[in-house]
Amino acid sequence: MTEPRTERQRWARRLLRNGGVVTGAAILLVLVAAALLADVVSPYNPTRLTPANRLKPPSAQHYLGTDEFGRDVYSLVLHGARVSLLVGLTTMLLTSAGGIVIGLAAGFSRRLDVPLMRCMDGLMAFPAILLAIALMAARGPGVWNVIVALSVVYMPRTAMLIRSTVLSLRELDYIQAARALGRRDSTIALRHVLPNCVGPLLVQGSFVFAYAILAEAILGFLGVGVPPYVPSWGNVIASGKNVIREAFWVSLFPGLALTVAGLSLNLLGDGLRDVLDPRLRVR
Amino acid sequence: MFAYLVRRGLAVIPVMAVVVTVVFLLIHLIPGDPVSVMLGPDATPGQIDATRAALGLDRPLYAQLLGFYGRVLRGDLGQSYFLDRPVVTAIVERAEPTLMLMVCALLVAVVIGVPSGVVAAAHRGSLWDRGLMLGSLLGVCVPGFWLSLNFIYLFAVRLGWLPAAGYASLFADPVSALRYMVLPAVSLGFNQSALIARISRSCMLEALQQDYVRTAQAKGLPERTVTYVHAFRNALVPVVTVIGVTTAVLIGGAVITEIVFNIPGLGRLVISAILRRDYPVVQGVVLVTASTYVLINLLVDILYAFIDPRIRYD
Repeated sequence: MTEPRTERQRWARRLLRNGGVVTGAAILLVLVAAALLADVVSPYNPTRLTPANRLKPPSAQHYLGTDEFGRDVYSLVLHGARVSLLVGLTTMLLTSAGGIVIGLAAGFSRRLDVPLMRCMDGLMAFPAILLAIALMAARGPGVWNVIVALSVVYMPRTAMLIRSTVLSLRELDYIQAARALGRRDSTIALRHVLPNCVGPLLVQGSFVFAYAILAEAILGFLGVGVPPYVPSWGNVIASGKNVIREAFWVSLFPGLALTVAGLSLNLLGDGLRDVLDPRLRVR
Repeated sequence: MFAYLVRRGLAVIPVMAVVVTVVFLLIHLIPGDPVSVMLGPDATPGQIDATRAALGLDRPLYAQLLGFYGRVLRGDLGQSYFLDRPVVTAIVERAEPTLMLMVCALLVAVVIGVPSGVVAAAHRGSLWDRGLMLGSLLGVCVPGFWLSLNFIYLFAVRLGWLPAAGYASLFADPVSALRYMVLPAVSLGFNQSALIARISRSCMLEALQQDYVRTAQAKGLPERTVTYVHAFRNALVPVVTVIGVTTAVLIGGAVITEIVFNIPGLGRLVISAILRRDYPVVQGVVLVTASTYVLINLLVDILYAFIDPRIRYD
C-alpha cells in the first residue's frame, strides 16, 4: 500500500481505521437512505387509517405489524426516520452555528465573556429535557418548534466548548504572531481559531445529534413534540403504550430504530474523539 | 475552605437570576395573547381582563419581571387556575413520589454502575471488560422510556411479577410501595448506571496507574487488596461528581418515567398542566426542578472540595 501523501489522506486513513467511526457511519448511512427513500420503500401510506387492519401482528403483509389505527408499523418507522434525522441534523447545525458565534464572542471579547457565560450557565441549570418540555409548552407542537427548543437547550454546551478551545488557542505562539502582525480579532477568529474548532465541533455535533433524536422522541412520546398525526418514532411509541398489552410490536420497533440511531451516533462520536483528540480517549 | 464556600455559594446567584428570568419569559413565548390561550375560546372579555390583571400581564415587561422576582423570593409561585390552589401547595403535594423515584433510581444506578466499572477496570481487556463496556454502550443508547414499556410488557403483562403502573406511598404501605417502584426505578436508573460504569472504569484505570498502587504492589500486598482498597478509594473521588450529575439528570428523566408508570408526581403534574394550559403550574414546576438541580450541583461541588482539597485552591 502506498503511503498517503497529503495531510487530508492521512486523516481519512485514520478515520477509516477506526471501527467505531466506520460502523457508526455505516449504520447512519442506512438510516439516511431509509429516510430519503421512505416513500419508495414503504409498502403502505403511513398516514392511511384502515381500522379493519388494526393491531395485526408482524406478518408477510405487514413486516412489523399494524397499530391501533391499522397503520403499517414498518412504513411508520421508515417515515419516522425522516422526522428524527431532520430534527437531529438541523438541531446539530443550529447549535453548532449558535455555539460558534457565542463561543467566539465570549472567547475574544472580555466585555462579553462574563454576561454570555452567565446566561449559558443559567440555561444549563435546567434539566435539558425539562427546558425543552417547557419551551414546547409555550410554543405548541410542531417540527420547527421542536428544533428551536432543542437548539436552545443544547447550544450552551457547544458555546462553552468553543470558548474553552478559543481560550486555550489564544495563548499559542501562532495566534500571538498573527496578533503581532496586526491582524484584527475577527480575522484571527475566523482564519486561525475556527479551523481548529472543527474537531471538537464534530465530536460534540454527533452527540448533540444523538441527544436531539432521543429528545425529539421523548417530546413526541409525552405529546408535546411534533403533532400526533405526523409519523415520528416518539409518536408511534406513544400510541404503542396504549396497546402494550395486546400489541407489543407497535412500540418495540420504533424504539429499536431509535436505539440503533443513538448507537450509531455514539459510536461515531466516540470514534471521532479517539481519532481527533487522542488525549480524551476513554481507556 | 470558607472562602471557597462563599465563592461557590455566590456563583449560584447569577445562575438563579437567569433561571428565574427564563421561567418568567416562558409565558411571553406563547404565540398570541397568553391569557386568551389559557382561558380558551369560551372566555368573556371581562374574564380575560381580570385574569390578565391577576397575572400582572397588563403592566410593562420590566415591572412584571421585578414583580416575578419579588414573588419568587417570597416563595409565592402564583395560583393554579385548574387545581384551584397555590402552585406551591400543588408542588409540595406531588413531590413525594418524584423524590422516592429519584432516590430509588439513583440507588439502582450506583449499585449497578460502580461495581461494573470497577470490575471492568480490574480485568482490563478481559471478556468481562468487553462485555460490561458493550453493555454500558447499549445502556447509554437505549431510550429509558422505551425500556420502561418493554419492562412493563415483560414483567407485568407476560410474567405478571410486578404491577404495570401505579404508586403507593412508602409511609402508607411499604411493601406495595416497593413493588410499584421496582420497574420505574430500574428503567430510570439503568441509563445512568451505564454512564457511571464508564466513568468508574476510566477513573479506576487512572488510579491503577498511580505510583502508590505500584508501591503497594511492590510491598507484596495481595492484588485484590491493592485494587479494591487502595485504588478503589481514590477512584471514587471523581465518581462522586458523576453521581451528583446523575442525580440532576434523574430529575428530568423522572418526568418521563412518571408518565409511563402513571406515578402521580411532579412530571405528571407538569404534563397535565401543559395540556390544560395551566401555565403558572408549568412555570412553578420548572422553576422548582431547576432550582433543585442548581442546589444539587452546589452540594456536589462542596462535597468534592471536602474530599479533594486541591479543588479549594483552584
